[in-house]
Amino acid sequence: MNDSQQHLEHLAEMRSLMERSTRFLSLSGLSGVWAGCCALVGAFFVRNYLELQFLGGNNATDLLYDRSGQSSNAGLGYETTLVLAALIVLVTALAGGWFFTARKARQRGERVWESSSRRLLWALLLPLTTGGIFCLALLYWNLIAFLAPATLVFYGLALLNGSKYTLGDVGSLGLLQIGLGLIGMFFPGRGLELWAIGFGVLHILYGGWMYYKYDR
Amino acid sequence: MKDILTQLNPVFDHRNRLGIMSILAVNDWVDYGTLKELLNLTDGNLASHMKPLEAAEYVEYRKQFVGRRPQTTYAATAAGKTAFKAHLDALEAMLKFGKDI
Repeated sequence: MNDSQQHLEHLAEMRSLMERSTRFLSLSGLSGVWAGCCALVGAFFVRNYLELQFLGGNNATDLLYDRSGQSSNAGLGYETTLVLAALIVLVTALAGGWFFTARKARQRGERVWESSSRRLLWALLLPLTTGGIFCLALLYWNLIAFLAPATLVFYGLALLNGSKYTLGDVGSLGLLQIGLGLIGMFFPGRGLELWAIGFGVLHILYGGWMYYKYDR
Repeated sequence: MKDILTQLNPVFDHRNRLGIMSILAVNDWVDYGTLKELLNLTDGNLASHMKPLEAAEYVEYRKQFVGRRPQTTYAATAAGKTAFKAHLDALEAMLKFGKDI
């Protein structure tokens, strides 16, 4: 009986080694919560900005797909403002995400930069870069209405691809993002709201849940 | 019971060797440093457990230069994966029997 006890211990250890050597498990739920908050602030800003910019009084987001003529106001064109806002949100979200994940890795006595995190990053970066270039093309052809849904779809694909190399929950978050993005493709006026739900609310919910499940 | 015991592969008769094979079973090529870190072993310790696995041709290695530093990476051979799986099956069967005894 003692012998089988020992074998069971070995098996548990082997399972953990298989898991740790392929998956990056230090991803912190707080990274998701932080990214979600950044996204909500960004979406709120863009909405207010659009309302101010086009004081028509109608639904501001309608203008996202029904635009004729050049941006009228002095200062930054609104495409530039949109891209700038998106970039600021991205950088703040990534910086905070890195901070929380690095902290969790330290607490677990693991390195952040190791083979599993490199693989995770690659798996994420490929669909994300594709999506980024795709969105630049949309912007180039003035198809602003499809920007928000397209970012959701490509981000979802990236998460799904990356979920092989980190906590599996990330995959179902990816599926939800893809779903939201596809819905958004058919409701162009609601792009910003769906974007706020996907990048904001879902991130906070998933991040909070993952924090509760793994980090405490 | 005797049948099962003979199926247990003596080459895998150590937790560190089981650990090495576990990692190599689910990864393509793994460098020496990563193995050492995951298994929490010293240089000499890892090398001494790698030797019997190499001798049985269960693992293969290649040496290359990353920048100026030589790096050794390891992979499980097809024979190694088959033997590892057979060993796990035998372990499983043994544990099942163990409960009845």
